[in-house]
Amino acid sequence: MSIRVLFFATLAEATGLRETEVEASACPDVASIYARFSLRFPKLEAQRSTLLCAVNSEFARPDSPVHDGDEVAFFPPVSGG
Amino acid sequence: MFRLVHEPIDTSSLRNALVRPEDGAVVVFEGVVRNQARGRKVLFLEYDAYEVMALKKLQEIGERAGREFEIRDIGVIHRLGHMNPSECSVVIVVTAAHRAAAFDACRFAIDEIKKTVPIWKKEVYEDGEIWIEGAL
Repeated sequence: MSIRVLFFATLAEATGLRETEVEASACPDVASIYARFSLRFPKLEAQRSTLLCAVNSEFARPDSPVHDGDEVAFFPPVSGG
Repeated sequence: MFRLVHEPIDTSSLRNALVRPEDGAVVVFEGVVRNQARGRKVLFLEYDAYEVMALKKLQEIGERAGREFEIRDIGVIHRLGHMNPSECSVVIVVTAAHRAAAFDACRFAIDEIKKTVPIWKKEVYEDGEIWIEGAL
């Protein structure tokens, strides 16, 4: 079973990924997902201090729990308008 | 009415769709692409979004504006993708019985959009490009 993971803007460029999946059993919270991808993509480490995250389209925190079927998104501070 | 579009924004159709005979004020705000930033010439912008969440956040901003200001209606359209200087990236229309609430709600909406709606712009210059990150 899996969690859908999305990256946007600088984070999409750092990973070369826009959308992927991780095994739900290996990732109890948002931070554990980011840590997994940081091992694969060291550039993500530099983004950590300004990182924003969302679970199922709502702002979340690193310690927010995640469950099978959730959608988790990582992105930098927003700059629309 | 809250929408994300990939084509040019038609400001007057949003204005005409929202305004009603009982309104005494309509405030229309357009954010437009500037041809320079950070001392560099900007050729064009690329806007990207987490669309599902961005739409949800726009709706929440509209609901809050309706609760906190004496307005009758509010609509926001944000464009995504490639935009040249002078093109409109976002339009906000607020209708109200009186102007003060309409101005205040419009200011509130654009400020909130810039803080909480997951949309990002990339500035493309003659010699490079940068994803802009807002203030936390």
